[in-house]
Order: sequence, then C-alpha cells, then structure tokens
Amino acid sequence: MTEAKTGEAAKKPLFTTQRTDNWQKGPLAIATVFTLFIIYATWRTFENQYFEMGNLLSPFYSPKIEWHLWTKVWHLSPAILILWIPAGFRATCYYYRKAYYRSYFMTPPACGVSGYKGFQYQGETKFPFVFQNLHRYMFYLATLVLAVLWWDALQTLFAAGHFFNFGFFQVSVGTLVYFVNVVLLSNYSFGCHAFRHLIGGRLDCFSCGEPAKTSLSFWEKVTKLNEHHQLWAWCSLFSVAFADFYTRCVASNAWTDQILFQVQQVVQ
Amino acid sequence: MPEAYNAKLRVYRGDASGGTFKDYTVPVEEGMVVLDAIHYIQREVDPDLAVRWNCKAAKCGSCSAEVNGHPSLMCKTRMKGFSPDETITVQPIQSFPIIKDLVTDVSWNYEQNKRIQPFTPKKDTDWIMYQEDIERVQEFRKCIECFLCQNVCHVLRDNDRKDAFSGPRFMIRVASLEMHPLDDADRLEFLHKEGGIGYCNITKCCTEVCPESIHITDNGIIPMKERVVDEYYDPVAKFLKKVFSPKK
Repeated sequence: MTEAKTGEAAKKPLFTTQRTDNWQKGPLAIATVFTLFIIYATWRTFENQYFEMGNLLSPFYSPKIEWHLWTKVWHLSPAILILWIPAGFRATCYYYRKAYYRSYFMTPPACGVSGYKGFQYQGETKFPFVFQNLHRYMFYLATLVLAVLWWDALQTLFAAGHFFNFGFFQVSVGTLVYFVNVVLLSNYSFGCHAFRHLIGGRLDCFSCGEPAKTSLSFWEKVTKLNEHHQLWAWCSLFSVAFADFYTRCVASNAWTDQILFQVQQVVQ
Repeated sequence: MPEAYNAKLRVYRGDASGGTFKDYTVPVEEGMVVLDAIHYIQREVDPDLAVRWNCKAAKCGSCSAEVNGHPSLMCKTRMKGFSPDETITVQPIQSFPIIKDLVTDVSWNYEQNKRIQPFTPKKDTDWIMYQEDIERVQEFRKCIECFLCQNVCHVLRDNDRKDAFSGPRFMIRVASLEMHPLDDADRLEFLHKEGGIGYCNITKCCTEVCPESIHITDNGIIPMKERVVDEYYDPVAKFLKKVFSPKK
C-alpha cells in the first residue's frame, strides 16, 4: 500500500462536525426503535405463552415446534429455536448494517461527523464482523421460515381445524394482518442484496445464452425490490412485530379476531 | 425574484502548518453558487485565497469542499439553498492533507488508481456489446473523480486506514472492470487483500454525497463484496463456480 497521508478529520474527537443540520435525529431514532423492538422481541420470546389461538400462530413462534415432544430435552421457549434465523438475517443485512453501525457503533454516526476511534478499525475483516459475509446463508434459512409464514397466513383463510376445506373459508382481521406481514417480509427478503447477486448479479454477460437472459429478467425484478430495501426492511419489522402483538392480544382474550367474511355452512 | 442580500461566509484559511476560519461578506445575486462567492472573495477581498476549480459545471470534479460540513461540489451548491441570515462555512475536504486554504493533496488517490489492473480484453474478443450487458458499467463511468466519496468514507476520514483500504471510488472502478462483459482479468484477490473491500461497512455516506448520483454501495461495492464472498467465504459457491463456470 502506498504511503498514507493523514487528513484533518482523523485528528478530531467524536462528533466533531461543521454540519448545522439536526444530524443526530436519524441515528437516535433508529437506535430507539431498534432497542424497543429488541426489548419487545426478547420479552415475547421468553414469555412463552399467548402465541397461538385457533388458526393464528405468532410469527415469533412459527414454525410450530410441538411443545410436548420437546419438554424432555428443551425447557425454554421454542421461539429461541426459531428467532435466531430472522434475527441473523436482519443482523447481517446490508441495510441494517448501515443502520446499526451508524446508530450503535458510531462508525460513523452520520456523514461528515467524526466517528468513534477508540480501537484500530478493522471493518468486516476480523471477528466478529467477518461473519457478515455469511449473509446469504441466513437468507437461505430465512426463506424457509418465510415459506412457513406463508403457510400460516393461508391457514387463516380457513376456520381452525378445517384447512383447505372451502366450506369453512373465511377472512378475518388476523388474515389481513398475516397477509400484509408475509407480503412485506417477502418484499424485504427477495430484495436482499445477496439474493440479487445470486439470481444474476454474479454474471458479467446477460446476453450470453438463454439462462443468462432469464437471470437478467429475475435480476431486474429483484433490483426493483432492492431499490426500496430500506423501506421494506422497516415496514416488515413493524409488520412482524404487529402480527405477533395481534396474536398475543387474541390469544390472551384481550381482542377478538373479527371475522370479516365467511362462507355460510349448510348443515346437513 | 428575491432581493439581493449580503451573505456571511466563514472560509478556512491556512496550510499544512495550521490555519483558522476567516469571515467574509459577499453580495448574493440570483443564480449564484458557493464557488461564485469564493471567486468574489478571491477577486475583491483576498486574492491569495487558494481554490481548485475548472469547469464550474459539476463535471470536472475539482471544486470539492465541505459546505456547512456537507461534502459537496462548490459549483453545484446554490446560495439560495441557505437562508440569508445563515453563516455558510466552507472548509477543505477533511480526509486529505491541506496544501493551502481550500486546496488539498489528493495525489494518494491517483496512486490507488495505478494499482488496479486496467481493462484486459479476452483473447480474440468479438467487440460487439449489448446494452443490457453494459448498463451496469455505464453508471460507474459517470464518475468525475471529485473524491467526495473518498473524503466522506469514514475508513479513510476518521480511521485513516489508507494503508488498508483503497476507498469507494476505486471499489467502483474495479466493479466497472469486473462487470464488463469483455474483460478477462480477475481483480477479486486485489479487492479482498490490497483493496481492502472488507473494511467497508456499508454506511453509505459515499452514495449520499456523490454528485453524479451513482449508487456506489448498492450497485458497486455490495455486488463486489458478494463476489468476494463467492471466492473467499462461501465454499459451496466456490465449488459450483469451479464446476460450472468457464475460467475467466
């Protein structure tokens, strides 16, 4: 590497800037919302009740792990066995990395504002952040969980215990909550940068043969989602928390899952 | 048309041994940009004020500075963007050593550029290219080398890791070559080791300040990080690449 030439900024303490706008607002808001979400998700994980009612199953506890089969070997909440997957997917996500590196690690807190310099910066080259490179594996796992959440959303279209029996077709508020959630989660997951690479970004030539042309058409669609990755990341974070909250309220009898539409049964 | 007014500017005056901000008052006319105000000071008040500029059309990338702490091209920063009672601070870019006033020594960047293997066409190249193959690269070719991204990148700016990381400008230069359909060279080892792509933590300031609106991180650095993952961190991808891809 050629000789380094130090600029003025490297000598300045944390938060030094000439910016006159309210640059603190963004990182503070993100840190606050993240922290609240983490507290809520942790509480719900260890609460270990009110996660299922009728055809509703909280996304925090899905896929459903048959509790009675686990009690002899696993005495904690089944959510612990599940939530590390979406948590790992979001923690290694390129958008969330930007958000928490700025808000929690202050590397940097905002553009043009002096960041934390208390250690020799290694970026994502050393433990633990080198594991960010495994984002695509978290994507694979999160996609499996997403498929299960779609299945759960489909279950809400039928009265409990009558899955795929169109005589018991129904649409409840819970159905809307679950479908909005899985659509937002899908837009977030399939706009992922790692998926964008795997589906076509890895290619240098999009016109070289039919498979490459097919990859291009997929890559263009993923790119459209990827352009709003930040939006989908936030919307899906709120929707998954709300879907869990809604399920908890229904399961604890605080709310009733209102049926909006129901196929009338003909009693023989 | 707004009335003419006098703007208050605080401009950094100094050299490698140190300096301070000096206050100026500049009459503002319709259509003025910050570079016009600096030229007024140079012409009417302090002829020894040093500023690097050339085209005044946001295409040469020479007049990079920090206006109220925002890395920007002075020729693209309109005076009407500030309120008349606001003091506008103009300082040189902060990641590179000052030569004089608003002029910094950015020669380190040119040294980085020399380390990148240039375009290397495949043997017996058929020089026909299709738009869908070249579109990604065209975005990167808009770069005017203003080095605002290099300036705002915290790896170079705060942490001074010029020993380990080439910076966003050169990440997208490598991306423009690596994604080129007719290029035959492999720069992934350079990116991973000497270029130090792992030092980038995707905080996207480079994208925020780019005057050409290049999506440096989303379209350049992240795709290159993913290619480095293919090669160095993902055994399955490396295996599949070896089995199914023709040698580049």
